[in-house]
Amino acid sequence: MLNQFLLLGAILFCVGVYGVLAKRSAVLVLMSVELILNAVNINLLAFGALAGDVTGAVFALFVIAVAAAEVGVGLAIVLAIYRNSHSVDLNDVDTMKG
Amino acid sequence: MVAQNIFFYLFAAVMVAAAIAVVTTRNVVRAALYLILVFAGVTAQYLLLAAEFVAVTQVLIYIGAIMVLMLFGIMLTRAKIGRDVDLTHNYWHVGLGTAVLLAGVMGYALIDAFGDDTMPRDLRVDDVAGSNTATVSDAIFSTYLIPFEVVSVLLLAALVGAIVIARKDR
Amino acid sequence: MLDHAWIIPLFPAASFVIILLFGRRLPSKGSEVGIAAVGIAFALALVTNVSWFGHVNDAEHAAGATEEHASAVVDQPAGAPGEAAAVAQEGEGTPAVEGEGGEQHAEEEADASVAPVTKEVTWFENGGVDISVGMLLDGPAVMMLFVVTLVSLLVHVYSTDYVAGDRRYTHFFAFLSLFTASMLGLVLAKTTLQLLVLWELVGVCSFVLIGHWWEEKPNSDAALKAFLTNRVGDVGLIVGVVTLFWAAGGTFDIVEINTRAVEGGIGQTALLVAAVSLLAAVMSKSGQFILHTWLPDAMAGPTPVSALIHAATMVVAGIYMVGRMYGVFFQGFHIGVSSVNALAVVGGITVIGGAGLAFVQNDIKKVLAYSTVSQLGYMVMALGVGAWTAAFFHLFTHAFFKACLFLGSGSVSHAVHSFDMRQDMGGLRRWMPHTYRTFIVATVALIGIFPLAGFWSKDEILAGASQLGGGDLNYRGFLIVGLVGAFMTAAYMTRVVYLTFFGDFRGHGHPHESGPRIVVPLYILAGLAVVAGFANVPEALAPESLALRFEHYYEPIGSYFPGELPAFSHPEFSLGVALTATLIGLAGIGLAYLWYWREAGPHGITQRSTVARAGYTVLANKYYFDHLYTDIIAGGIKGPVARGVYWINQNVIDGIVDGAGRLSTAVGRFVYTHIDQQVVDGTVIGSAAAAQRGGQAARQLTSGKVQQYGALLFGAVAVFAGVLIIFI
Repeated sequence: MLNQFLLLGAILFCVGVYGVLAKRSAVLVLMSVELILNAVNINLLAFGALAGDVTGAVFALFVIAVAAAEVGVGLAIVLAIYRNSHSVDLNDVDTMKG
Repeated sequence: MVAQNIFFYLFAAVMVAAAIAVVTTRNVVRAALYLILVFAGVTAQYLLLAAEFVAVTQVLIYIGAIMVLMLFGIMLTRAKIGRDVDLTHNYWHVGLGTAVLLAGVMGYALIDAFGDDTMPRDLRVDDVAGSNTATVSDAIFSTYLIPFEVVSVLLLAALVGAIVIARKDR
Repeated sequence: MLDHAWIIPLFPAASFVIILLFGRRLPSKGSEVGIAAVGIAFALALVTNVSWFGHVNDAEHAAGATEEHASAVVDQPAGAPGEAAAVAQEGEGTPAVEGEGGEQHAEEEADASVAPVTKEVTWFENGGVDISVGMLLDGPAVMMLFVVTLVSLLVHVYSTDYVAGDRRYTHFFAFLSLFTASMLGLVLAKTTLQLLVLWELVGVCSFVLIGHWWEEKPNSDAALKAFLTNRVGDVGLIVGVVTLFWAAGGTFDIVEINTRAVEGGIGQTALLVAAVSLLAAVMSKSGQFILHTWLPDAMAGPTPVSALIHAATMVVAGIYMVGRMYGVFFQGFHIGVSSVNALAVVGGITVIGGAGLAFVQNDIKKVLAYSTVSQLGYMVMALGVGAWTAAFFHLFTHAFFKACLFLGSGSVSHAVHSFDMRQDMGGLRRWMPHTYRTFIVATVALIGIFPLAGFWSKDEILAGASQLGGGDLNYRGFLIVGLVGAFMTAAYMTRVVYLTFFGDFRGHGHPHESGPRIVVPLYILAGLAVVAGFANVPEALAPESLALRFEHYYEPIGSYFPGELPAFSHPEFSLGVALTATLIGLAGIGLAYLWYWREAGPHGITQRSTVARAGYTVLANKYYFDHLYTDIIAGGIKGPVARGVYWINQNVIDGIVDGAGRLSTAVGRFVYTHIDQQVVDGTVIGSAAAAQRGGQAARQLTSGKVQQYGALLFGAVAVFAGVLIIFI
């Protein structure tokens, strides 16, 4: 019974990983990151329920808070990039090249 | 448990399908909407795990704030509403490979380690006033107080930072 | 003095060194040192001779006192090696046997012994054999000391005038001294090794002195010819010395070798081999046929050299060596009992051959050279027939009159500046009376007319040839040879006298008599030529106390001399032989007189008769010996040898060198194209290419694309996690 939650979380995680690696648009990458975070949350809560402890829930809350902060900053960066190069294509963001 | 299982699988299927749709659709807005669907499914799973407070928080924050923010972002970055040129790299199979590999590893590990564990019959955690929310808040404001404060500062920093970064230069 | 006679050669040796080092700075340019040294040596030689006479007389008296037990005493070879004793051993000796008559001496013959005086010091030892140097002083040695020092002294004095102003005056006297020292050392040699070394040294001095004016090629050629021809004979000497060393049981000592030979301790084959080898040495050194060719050419040297070396002393070294090793020869050739042997044959051929060649020479010195060859033949023949004393006596007298003749010819050449009789001389008796007188005296002595020296010595040889030997004929064949030789000697010497001193003067300038330093030695030698013959007057013609003094004092008596063997005997005076010889000599003079003074006979026959001309041609070409040696023998060897060596050089040696060069070039080329170009450069270039491609590949990692980094991260994590989970 526990396993299905964990496997679900693993599947979501991997889908999110695929999205992070294979998407060209920065916004889509952020979305994939959210997916990952949610998968982690499911994991946390599943273990929390297993242990009968509320710690899992507490941590999941923290994760949500951090995710929110991260999205805010991330989108701000994307906006800044968009303003500079008028595109959010991550292929063009390679000033760190070399 | 049978009902829980059925609902779990139902919601899980929807979630997984929506997640896959997020990363495969050609329309950014549609990806955002699918993501909302995923978040909803996650909320359902939280409920199935008897974590009501987190489920509500999820709806409020994720769907209510984060996704709105995403949509604003999409709008501001002139992402085309409708079919896009190409949202996937040429080397998407590298990502696919990595993801599959990761899935395989994780799946193997999970099955191997937790295959026999079963959830307890009673999932509710109602130590304080018989309410999950009270218990959680109790835990936050006693045991986990410092992380709570830190997260507050973090949010503040993120706020300030986002404003600074997204500000128009004069 | 007898014990110390070994210092006699040291004086000329020291003078050699002194003259070489300081001669130029001395007032007389070194000649005074040479004369002083030889003078002292001569004085000491005289003293030695007198002491030796005393020594022999003592032996006689002591023997007379002990003659009653003479027969029982075993012969003691007093000259045993290592014994430094002087005169003591003659205790059991009886007086020297005189060979003829006297049966009352018969039982004492076996024990007579006049001990030679010996001194020895070991130089070094090798393989059990002592190599020692020492002195063996006996009769012949003492006699030679006297002759060599006397003639050398006279030649030294003569040379101060003859080679005055010469380009190498000092050098000349240095080597005259060295020669004198070597010759004196040779006569005193105790071992065959010492004899060999000094023999060679004498040859070297001859080379140096013949080539005194080596700037002219004929002179240096003559010097080389002398040395090399002597070298050929010296091979025989070395073979003989080595053979005798082994045959006599490992000793080089002359006395011991001869003692063994006389007593029969050496095998006949070894003796014969040794004798024949030593004969080769005699042939070269003493100018016997067939190795005589160097002696006439040696006349290229200054006349004093010819007089000293090639008339009186060096050429007689061969005779002396035979006389010293007479035990070996006597037993090896069975001289006492045959009627012909190698030694006598060689001597006989030389007598006739040399005399024949003397007739066709126009150079006065060459005539005298061939005359020397002929007379040396007489001495060898005498040794060959067994007349030992006759040979040494002839050596003694010949030294004086031949030296006188040579020095006289030098005096003549000093006056006319040439040696050619036909072209530059004639009628010189008017201007050179002293030279003329001494020359005539020496000529008559040489021809052998009574009572001059040559008569006595030559007559003894002829008597020996007729009386000695075995078989029915004894050595009578050699008597004929000797008589013919005497005739020819008389004829050609008269010819020389006529061409030089009589007739019209054909030369240029005004010849005059030579100075006293030339004339006085001539007179001294002429005087000796007159009286020397009386040293060995036969018993038949003189009282016993005066007869055969030479033989008495100088013939060795001891176990090392075959004088005691039954086969050995002394010739007696034979009136018939003496008269025949004298008449033949006079006939020769007379014939020449008729031919030259009276112009009788077939003058110009060589133009008219082919036979006569052919005979003349053969004589003029010296029997073609020179042609044989130089062109046929030497040329036949050196031509093919040179060609063979050249072929080896060009094909084998150069082939090896070229081949090595080609091989290394090919290897180099191979290494360059295959290894250097492909392997080495390939490695270098390949490593560069690999680095470049690696860099290109690694460059992909730094694309700056975050998602790429992320992909790497996640991939790595997945892999590590997998490894961790699955394997660990």
